[in-house]
Amino acid sequence: MSARDEINSRAVVLGKIRRSLGVTAEDPIRNAAVEARLNRAPKGVIPARGQLDEAGRVALFTKMAEHFAATTENVADAAAVPAAVAAYLRGHNLPAEIRMGEDAVLNAMPWAKTQVDVRHGPSDGHDAVGLSHATGAVAESGTLVLTSGQDNPTTLNFLPETSIVVLEASTVAGDYESIWATLRRRYGKGVLPRTVNMVTGPSRSADIEQKLQLGAHGPRNLHIIIVG
Amino acid sequence: MVAITSPNFKANAKVALHDPNLQQALTHVRANFITRRAAAAAAMPEFEALRDSSRDIKNHTLANLDLYLEAYEEKVTESGGVVHYAETGEQARDIILAICRKAGARTATKGKTMIGEEIELNEHLEAGGVEPIETDLGEYIIQLRHEPPSHIIAPAVHLTQKQVEDDFRRAHTHLDPTRDLSDARELLAEARGILRQRFLEADVGITGANFLIAETGTSIIVTNEGNGDLTQILPKVHIVLASIEKVVPTLEDVSQILRVLARSATGQDMSTYTTFSTGPRRKDDPDGPEEYHVVLLDNGRSEMLGSQFQDMLRCIRCAACLNHCPVYQEVGGHAYGWVYPGPMGAVLTPKLIGIDKAGNLPNASTFCGRCEAVCPMRIPLPGMMRHWREREYERHLQPATYRWGLGLWAFFAKRPALYQRATGIAMRVLGNLGHRKGRFRALPLAGGWTQYRDLPAPAGQTFQEMWRDRQRASAGAKL
Amino acid sequence: MSNGIERATEKDTRPHVGLFVTCLVDLFRPTVGFAAVKLIEESGCRVSVPEAQTCCGQPAYNSGDRKDTRAIAEQTIAAFEPYDYVVAPSGSCGGMLKSHYPKLFAGDKAWSERATAFSAKVFELMSFLVDVRGMTHVDTAFAGSVTYHDSCSGLRELGVRNQPRQLLKTVEGLKLVELKDADVCCGFGGTFCVKYPDISNAIVERKTTAITESGADTLLAGDLGCLMNMAGKLQREGKTVKTRHVAEVLAGMADEPAIGESKR
Repeated sequence: MSARDEINSRAVVLGKIRRSLGVTAEDPIRNAAVEARLNRAPKGVIPARGQLDEAGRVALFTKMAEHFAATTENVADAAAVPAAVAAYLRGHNLPAEIRMGEDAVLNAMPWAKTQVDVRHGPSDGHDAVGLSHATGAVAESGTLVLTSGQDNPTTLNFLPETSIVVLEASTVAGDYESIWATLRRRYGKGVLPRTVNMVTGPSRSADIEQKLQLGAHGPRNLHIIIVG
Repeated sequence: MVAITSPNFKANAKVALHDPNLQQALTHVRANFITRRAAAAAAMPEFEALRDSSRDIKNHTLANLDLYLEAYEEKVTESGGVVHYAETGEQARDIILAICRKAGARTATKGKTMIGEEIELNEHLEAGGVEPIETDLGEYIIQLRHEPPSHIIAPAVHLTQKQVEDDFRRAHTHLDPTRDLSDARELLAEARGILRQRFLEADVGITGANFLIAETGTSIIVTNEGNGDLTQILPKVHIVLASIEKVVPTLEDVSQILRVLARSATGQDMSTYTTFSTGPRRKDDPDGPEEYHVVLLDNGRSEMLGSQFQDMLRCIRCAACLNHCPVYQEVGGHAYGWVYPGPMGAVLTPKLIGIDKAGNLPNASTFCGRCEAVCPMRIPLPGMMRHWREREYERHLQPATYRWGLGLWAFFAKRPALYQRATGIAMRVLGNLGHRKGRFRALPLAGGWTQYRDLPAPAGQTFQEMWRDRQRASAGAKL
Repeated sequence: MSNGIERATEKDTRPHVGLFVTCLVDLFRPTVGFAAVKLIEESGCRVSVPEAQTCCGQPAYNSGDRKDTRAIAEQTIAAFEPYDYVVAPSGSCGGMLKSHYPKLFAGDKAWSERATAFSAKVFELMSFLVDVRGMTHVDTAFAGSVTYHDSCSGLRELGVRNQPRQLLKTVEGLKLVELKDADVCCGFGGTFCVKYPDISNAIVERKTTAITESGADTLLAGDLGCLMNMAGKLQREGKTVKTRHVAEVLAGMADEPAIGESKR
């Protein structure tokens, strides 16, 4: 299809929609209503489940994430993370190697105090373990929120067989709506980074006789280190 | 590949009922989907309110679909993506093949997309020299078998584990034939290994979209496997194929609907990966596609707006209706003969391929109403199936004997005095015939019934007759 | 003598119920109609049976023939307008009258209001007895175990589920056993069972398996179409389970032959 054909298709499709609805394009009331709604972005029903204080949200997040087959642990502060990672790798018979992005918080951690070999950048499929720093999480469903970019390349969440995610307790929200507020503050209204991943547990499939199996194409193991 | 066999629904159904592998596989559908959905709904007190708000959001969006599509398009363009409109499936296929050709693509990985099945995308890509690789495990399996999907979220649900093992052995000839594949875990690991290489090598990744967000120009895919993510972040080009009614206004709006989607589909609170993609990679992104295209398909949806079938456009393809349908549970998805099975297929298919071809589908329903009861978007599915039956009736598409029989019944039903005379006589005859046994094993004109069941004999007198007799008797007694 | 004259002129203030018999009850099993009358009277109402009733119109409606459906509906509404309530011993006919008649006449100047007013008076029998008349028990006995199937329209269109069970539990000697998948369709579906007999058969076979597994001697439900379908299958399979309409048991009329049985 040529560019002109495509412009034509656009006009035809939009025209058909308008004809079916019995409306015109230049209706100021409709236009204003739609624009207002996009600006206002009204919240709908927000489940009571996640409406707890920070300790309650972290506890709920932990419970839900573990229910969906992630593993979790708590550490007091960021400085304790490298040792926790090293212990996890040892405990799971994994080589002492991880890949992470440019994330400032992760890079400021005392990795030199461990034997872990830290590599940087996106994954090319040959990493056993990826380490990411979550933007936040949603207690309501045990869901991590990760955003793309140099800090935490998206491929780290999917290609390695084990994904370890560092999550600050203070960033665990009760509901998805709070996360949108956070992202709008960071990126602006109506703007999102290339990818926002909401991750609930490790990869799985039930396509063979409805039997649940972990490790379909994404990570087989998801380990969450909750800081603070 | 996808020959439409909907006109042969009855014959398809008969084959399905006697297919031991399919019947074995369907026991898992009956056992799992229903209890899981019920548990998830019960664990969320706000579930019913969320169904209401989801329905209202979609209704508002559909009433303003043109404006929301324009707003969506603007945002996609702003973020560096390209939007293509396609009136028909043919146009959509051409657009996608052209993008692949321009990128010099030899292979294209694919996340699950029902729209892709609807427009027969894979065949077109193959004919155009691009090899499509299904990556959703269920889709991968049926691709090996050259079969269409039989369920809209679990494409291989009609197969037993043994059948999958046989397929893998047949197709993966480079692997050791003595390897053990008796565990589902082994099968999954094998698929993972084979597809991993294909993910990394693919030139183009094609996904569907569960939702398109107008506020940010974002496409959302929902998977448990992560295959959709690998499909869209590794290749140079990411193509999103979505029908126009997938648009939702804001992030808050999509949050409402996401809360009912996974719960209705598999009973999970959230699928493992709910991914929001906006445009190609940004200046400082170390990974992600360099090109991002969205192909918006109409293919009959615009005509459904403002019609008796508009509510069908609220469908979010969760498959709850299929899972709860007593007919689907007996015959599976292939019997329906095209892309969309079960109750949602019964409403959508006649619109997309014509009521003359798809007439069986809205008729093969008992109107038990379970589909409507579980639909997260509160779509009045039986009512719309009835509308299709009305179209058929108006166009005289039903068998003549059937129409004649119903016409005869209606003739009497509109004339109570005549009805009572006629039924009085008929029931006396039938009652006498059936008096000895109380039932009929066989009866002329009732073959459809008596083929499989006995027909209870009528009492011999109608209630109206007996009531009148008793009224007369008691009036007489009063005198 | 004076008493007799007083009674003749005294106004009957009991609610006046018009019984919608349903075509299947009328033609095949009048006992159900008489059981319904008895129960409605027991609940403190008087019952009339308008003659100008034949069918609720479902066969035409579900076949897409709106014209004939409307004609039948107009006839039905007119026949029942004089009554305080319209009660039907059937969830599917009750649903047709209550939920679908207003839809048939939506936007119709002449009939829309009449249809809405009519539908407000319509009740399925069990729902009428318990929800409207506040009946909490019946004074009758039944020896044996029964299991109950929830007919689809009654359940999903009219909310009939607890009411029959509540009343059955008060029947002396009756043991109520819950049926597995009681709320799953029996496969009747009106013309569906004869248009798609293979599929209908598969569905009803699943139902009769559950009925047998319940161990009950008697199967009850509130819809004669479902009952005839299930009874016919049970008998073709040589099962001994007896099938009745729930009204028969509640009205103490379970000494009549069961559905598909001959008088002995």
